[in-house]
Amino acid sequence: MSAPLSADLAQIGKSVVIKGELSGSEDLYVDGQVEGSISLKNNSLTVGPHGQVKASVEAKGLIVQGKLEGNILASDRVDLRKSAVVTGDISTQRIAIEEGAYLKGKIDIQGGKAEKAVGK
Amino acid sequence: MKLFRGSTGGGTEATPSQAAQKLVRRSSSLGELARVWQTETPLCVLDLGSTSASNIRFFTERSHKIYSEDLLVASTDPNLATKDEQGNRILDSRRFLADNLVYPAAHFDVVLCWNLPDYLDESLVRPVMGRLWSVLKPGGMMLAFFHTKDAGPDSPCYRFHIVGKDTLEMQPIVLRRETRRGPTGAVHTAVSEGFRLQRVFNNRHIETLFRDFASIKFFLARDNVREVLVVR
Repeated sequence: MSAPLSADLAQIGKSVVIKGELSGSEDLYVDGQVEGSISLKNNSLTVGPHGQVKASVEAKGLIVQGKLEGNILASDRVDLRKSAVVTGDISTQRIAIEEGAYLKGKIDIQGGKAEKAVGK
Repeated sequence: MKLFRGSTGGGTEATPSQAAQKLVRRSSSLGELARVWQTETPLCVLDLGSTSASNIRFFTERSHKIYSEDLLVASTDPNLATKDEQGNRILDSRRFLADNLVYPAAHFDVVLCWNLPDYLDESLVRPVMGRLWSVLKPGGMMLAFFHTKDAGPDSPCYRFHIVGKDTLEMQPIVLRRETRRGPTGAVHTAVSEGFRLQRVFNNRHIETLFRDFASIKFFLARDNVREVLVVR
């Protein structure tokens, strides 16, 4: 399932490769490769099914459908879809993990309860 | 030790109905472990099975920290394949342990091994158990399940979900077919082979495997599974 795209969503397509620091104040959809760090403190990041992110991520919300390697700090929630492959520690308020998602790392739920998982 | 490694054939592919099939079983060893995580003190738990949302929820709701690391999937890394002095195919345990189970010594209060020893490649079993001993705190506990001799080589590998203090939901791990477009635009299809039972440990083998631990407790179940709880 692809994430819904909207006009307020910046997109990094499949063929795009970025190395460095990414920051912004709009939602971001990554279906290409990003290496470095991503900071979207008040916005959401979606790693699409072809996305390969090797970066520390700070965002309000995070949806992962592809590969992500790096520590995650999400102030609101993290969604790992069934095709997600995540290596890194996750710190968030709520997390949802679909059956089949792969996670290697620590899960730290900050100041709240773990949300009922999606598609268990 | 009864070895199944000679049996080939790529594994029986689970059908979607098998995939949907979830078995619920009581676990006495889990019930005993439940006393540990009823504590107010936050614990550090390492889950070595398939990533389970239920288990993550179970522990985080109780304010414990959980680490998830699927060692069976990690052991399928093709870069691990090498040969021993006799030319037999083995997996490079040093390389495996350089990339996996990398934690400070005495870090965890509880390790959930599930049925990992029965399905892990022979060359990795002892090195992995040695590393698990070192990352467990003194007094820390590890849970492992072993098939009895009545189990056949096609006994399915399960993912384990904790659904109650002494209740598990078991779900057969199905083969995953993955199709992706590569950088050149070509379509690649990867088919996971699934996991086959590698061997059956008897009680003496299990005691030898955990000889460095302070104590070992067996729980016999009706479904050809021996539950084992060891304390460092």
